[in-house]
Amino acid sequence: MTGALLSVRNLTRTWDGVHGCRDVSFDLHPGEVLCVVGESGSGKSTLLQALSWQAEPQSGSVWYDVDRAGLVDLATLTGAQRRLLARTDWGFVRQHARDGLRMQVSAGANIAERLMAVGQRHYGTLREAASGWLTRMEIDAARLDEAPAAFSGGMQQRLQIARNLVTHPRLVLMDEPTASLDVSVQARLLDLLRQLVTDLRLAAIIVTHDLAVARLLAQRTLVMRGGEVVESGLTDQILDDPQHPYTQLLVSSILQS
Amino acid sequence: MNASPHVERDAHYNFGYLDESTKRMLRRALLKAVAIPGYQVPFGSREMPLPYGWGTGGIQVTASLIGAQDVLKVIDQGSDDTTNAINIRRFFARVTGVRTTESTPEASIVPTRHRIPETPLREGQIMVFQVPISEPLRWLEPSETETRTMHALAEYGAMHVRLYEDIAHHGHIATTYDYPVIVNGRYMMRPSPIPKFDNPKLDGNPALMLFGAGREKRVYAVPPYTRVASLDFEDHPFTVERWSECCDLCGSRESFLDEIILDDQGTRRFVCSDTEYCGQRQAAQAHDAAPEDQA
Repeated sequence: MTGALLSVRNLTRTWDGVHGCRDVSFDLHPGEVLCVVGESGSGKSTLLQALSWQAEPQSGSVWYDVDRAGLVDLATLTGAQRRLLARTDWGFVRQHARDGLRMQVSAGANIAERLMAVGQRHYGTLREAASGWLTRMEIDAARLDEAPAAFSGGMQQRLQIARNLVTHPRLVLMDEPTASLDVSVQARLLDLLRQLVTDLRLAAIIVTHDLAVARLLAQRTLVMRGGEVVESGLTDQILDDPQHPYTQLLVSSILQS
Repeated sequence: MNASPHVERDAHYNFGYLDESTKRMLRRALLKAVAIPGYQVPFGSREMPLPYGWGTGGIQVTASLIGAQDVLKVIDQGSDDTTNAINIRRFFARVTGVRTTESTPEASIVPTRHRIPETPLREGQIMVFQVPISEPLRWLEPSETETRTMHALAEYGAMHVRLYEDIAHHGHIATTYDYPVIVNGRYMMRPSPIPKFDNPKLDGNPALMLFGAGREKRVYAVPPYTRVASLDFEDHPFTVERWSECCDLCGSRESFLDEIILDDQGTRRFVCSDTEYCGQRQAAQAHDAAPEDQA
């Protein structure tokens, strides 16, 4: 686990003793993109919640490279430190943009919120940062003061990503970021994501049930089923030469063009 | 000024309307509130002979503190003679028999609705504010567990989102009342719906400021000489309201002015919201103009 940004060991979090994720271990290195694929109810989202401490793990441990000072067991941090980490060094992108956005305030305020939360108190600077990120997300900066409800689904999702990236986090967790978008918008968003992770050297964990997302973005992939990881490895390896019967089923169910 | 008719004490009620154990519970909560400036302390709010929203919090706090030697002044939107002010004054006169007054320097305890008197307060006086919603973070976060955690960790950064929105839409901070403050460099507090004009008066005030929210069942306090800072941005500092007019009655340019529409043609005049302050100034001017008449 040397050089890793995040290290997960035997992580278990179940909701009722059965459903959830069990005994998951993996390492994530800086700048690496990991996809977690699997059917609905296989524990993908639970894994994301458990390792970001939104749902406290029941056993196992999560180690994170806090302040570039080496791996620290998140369980040893105080609640306040974990919340600070989640606000500054991590991002969390939800499937439905309206769950991750503050819908009653303008797009600019949504983007600038994290900066204000870490103590930025200059309106001009905040506005500049917000408009810079909006442009970067390929949204017209003139729409800075519009409410997110006035934006299309794809734009809302990009806004949510901007809101998370404004503090330059090193780790972004995404829960089905493209699932609620139509195909052409999906493609555009994936393109943008790919560009962002390379430009910013972001490490990302992307939960998806779409193998195309994994193929396009991820260096490595975890395949989950029934709460457990059934196969993990390099994305190309898994998609081209699946070993586990479930992975073989998953890969063969993709429409061949 | 002290023309209030004397009201007999009604001995059927316990002194101060509330029973003694309730008053003690409230005083304990208030002691804790004073010890932790700006922190919201829960208390067991009682049924009062008026509905929630009419100031049950302020009345309960007043009832728990008032003693036979106290002199009571009641303010309603700056005024001493509105229905609410008169009725609350009469209520306390009836259940305690204390002397009532309209004069700020004479009063020892001042329940108020949404104003701090223009006349400076002194040590030993107590202001009691009625609070509709005590939680400053409520609009941001509906969950009580979450807001309490935010208070515990002093996570107040997101409160600036509201000010950001104001500037983005209006070009300046358009919040004019219930303007959020940080008390003693620690807790964020709603100063009750006082105009932001009164916020600077909270800062380092020699009087004790108590806040009671009856429906929300919370009390909090700003002890004497406590720092109270209003939120702002570096490039949009906190400012108070200014008027181009002066008071039509007393000519004051320093006090908080109410705008009164006089007819359908839009004729308007500005007068002091603080009636006692305005009355004092008018009396002094009359005295200066015709000193021989007074003799």
